[in-house]
Amino acid sequence: MKTTKTLEFPDATGCGAAYLENDADERGELVTLNVGPSHPATHGVLRLKLVVDGEEIVSCDPVIGYLHRGMEKIAENCHYNQFVTYTDRMDYLAPMSNNIAYACAVEKLLGWELPERGQAIRVLCSELSRISSCFLGTGVYAMDTGAMTVFLYAFEEKERVHNLYEKICGARFTSSYTRIGGMTRDLPKGIEKEILDFCDSALKTVDEMERLLLHNKIFIDRLVGVGVIPREMALQCGMTGNNLRASGVERDLRKTNPYLGYENYEFDIPVAKEGDCYARFQVRMEEIRQSVRIIRQVIKNMPGGPIWVQLDKGILPPKQDAMTGMEELIRQFMVSTQCVNAPEGQVYFAAENPKGELGFFLDSKGGGIANRLKMRSPSYCTLSILPHLLPGHLVSDIGAILGSFDFVQGECDR
Amino acid sequence: METIIKWWDELMSNEIWFYSLTTVAKLVLMFAVILAFVVISVWIERRVAGWIQDRPGPNRAGLPLFLLKRFGSKQQQPLKSWLQFFGVPETCWIAKLCKWLRFDREIPLLGLIQPCLDGGKLFLKQETTPDYVRRLYFIAAPMLVLGPPLVAAAVVPFSSHVDTCYGAIQMCVANLNIGPLWIFAISGLSVYGLTLAGWSSNSKFPFIGGLRATAQLISYEVAMGLAIIPLLMIFGTLNLQDIVQYQADNGWTLLPVWGEGLGIERWLLMLPLLISFVVFVTCVFAEANRTPFDMAECETDLVGGYHTEYSSMKFASFFMGEYAAMVIGSAVVVTLFLGGWSVGFGADAALAAYCDWLAVLCQFIAFLVKLLAFIFFFVWVRWTLPRFRWDQVMKLGWLVFLEVTVANIFLTAAILYFVK
Repeated sequence: MKTTKTLEFPDATGCGAAYLENDADERGELVTLNVGPSHPATHGVLRLKLVVDGEEIVSCDPVIGYLHRGMEKIAENCHYNQFVTYTDRMDYLAPMSNNIAYACAVEKLLGWELPERGQAIRVLCSELSRISSCFLGTGVYAMDTGAMTVFLYAFEEKERVHNLYEKICGARFTSSYTRIGGMTRDLPKGIEKEILDFCDSALKTVDEMERLLLHNKIFIDRLVGVGVIPREMALQCGMTGNNLRASGVERDLRKTNPYLGYENYEFDIPVAKEGDCYARFQVRMEEIRQSVRIIRQVIKNMPGGPIWVQLDKGILPPKQDAMTGMEELIRQFMVSTQCVNAPEGQVYFAAENPKGELGFFLDSKGGGIANRLKMRSPSYCTLSILPHLLPGHLVSDIGAILGSFDFVQGECDR
Repeated sequence: METIIKWWDELMSNEIWFYSLTTVAKLVLMFAVILAFVVISVWIERRVAGWIQDRPGPNRAGLPLFLLKRFGSKQQQPLKSWLQFFGVPETCWIAKLCKWLRFDREIPLLGLIQPCLDGGKLFLKQETTPDYVRRLYFIAAPMLVLGPPLVAAAVVPFSSHVDTCYGAIQMCVANLNIGPLWIFAISGLSVYGLTLAGWSSNSKFPFIGGLRATAQLISYEVAMGLAIIPLLMIFGTLNLQDIVQYQADNGWTLLPVWGEGLGIERWLLMLPLLISFVVFVTCVFAEANRTPFDMAECETDLVGGYHTEYSSMKFASFFMGEYAAMVIGSAVVVTLFLGGWSVGFGADAALAAYCDWLAVLCQFIAFLVKLLAFIFFFVWVRWTLPRFRWDQVMKLGWLVFLEVTVANIFLTAAILYFVK
């Protein structure tokens, strides 16, 4: 069931980056330009030390770490369930996805398998957050290129996702929805219809955004041929997710290493081979459509049953039982204070997040606390390409190129 | 009383006094209208942006009724007490209407108060001037940006003329025979403001912004000047009042459906005129530094462009300068292409025959309506299109518009030569 969807590329009339080939001019006096850490184009606290010759960038040195909170070290000092809340703060535009990826990693260490309903809910939530993140990515990108209105259209849809989050897990932004072995609560009644309604409106907005931007001459001229990442370069720099797929590599962990039952759903991997900003934008738009497709299938085939792993140890008992039964009370106490009893060993789990491959490497020496947690954050790898990519472009392209990566500093610096 | 009338008669009979007094009156009117329009266009910008983006825009700031302190400061329900004061029962439709319009605490006025409050806020804001700026130029720059558009407006006719017993009054501040040239010459001066702002800020982002603005304004002035040459060839005059008068008699430049405008010649000339219109309007956008040509201040790469280091009222001057440039640009476009003050369809002559002052009033209103419509267009474009990249803007100016406008001049000349 390996399907891909190659995006067609509308008339690339504007030869966007013709200036890239024009190297005949002599270099003038070089100026160091400091972009960031607080700058509208950098989407957070990224700092770029640029050396520019007039408007042309000669070299670029990205400086990261302004949002470093030592998450990997924190993980060594709190048990598995406690760390879930920290994962919200990584890619804060898709907190659900992080929760789910982390929970799946620990469950892989424990060798647990969620019941069907639990898996379906996780798929649903991670696709919702993918939609939200892609909407923000495309909308903010439109704003970077000067189209403010599209940003607000996209934000409206993102807001709808937050409304759904609120109904599902009680929080709009920092969801902390998962626990090791399940979710904090089941889906509320009647949410399915709301999600389906949202799917319709999301598709409508995607079409609207496409009509506003994809065939807009100004937009095409600015993006086509700008920030081209060839296939090899993308692979070398460890790019993942949409950015890699826009460079023509058909890699989606949901297809290649299916987790949470992704193999049961029918969806395409949007792939574009050009690797420029325009392709990345297009892939991201298509990603929303595919996520909607998955969500509809999930809701159509939503199984019943429990959402928690059915075990006697390691997971919280139902609250009523804890109030009345001795055994359950002890279990609740043990789980809350010591969490699961993980076996010794090392495990790596990677999930296909909206920003790319989010991997968790867990080193356990037993007990409820990780000996070492290493995160492989997609934004960090994506940004590593900047010194190779930016030189030769114009200062005006910074916004276009940075925006097209759709990175999040919270995840890069963690 | 009689002495006063006599004195007035004598005064007005003196040509110099008559001229000076009417000019001052027109000047005051023009300034009031332009500054009011700067405020109104800020409001239009934000309201229209709101409509376009599915949000209300500024609609809450209103005149709070407790400011009209008739009942002391402890007034909790101002509307109620005011209704009682006027003896209106609460069941009356007036009371209901007031409630429906949300007048119970304030008079919202569609949020029109918002720009005034914003202005007040900017006045009161703390002024922070970095130590490293070149102070004299830093202070001069905002004035140089705000000044020229206001001066350039002097030649824009806002109505036709009235014949009084003392002489005719032309309804524009200065009825020069070099109208468009004056506008180009004066509004070209605002380049100095942007350049100085960028340079004197002594900081890199404003510097790049200033350079961009300078290059852009100078390049687009070339195309702008060439774009209206076909018009001047057709009208045969540089006097804006005459141009508008011609349009009132023979159909607007882009709508020649009465008078001589019905002739084949004018319809053949529509092609070059349309080209002129498109190029000219685009250049006006570029001159006003608005999206899609807001290179000089494009937020995503230059933070705030040339006004990054400015704050408080100096920033507000730039802001107002931009909007004043937009208003004047619209006024010029309206004057040259959309018939200026002319009510159109032959109504001007009829009105003038009926009553001079009524005609002038109607024409003034027609001018304002057209101006507002064009400002709306400005705003609409801003919130719809993405912005160009810097090198593309320059390419468009020099490689496309320059060629097109030059070719357009020859095309117009050919039509005029062969059809006449």
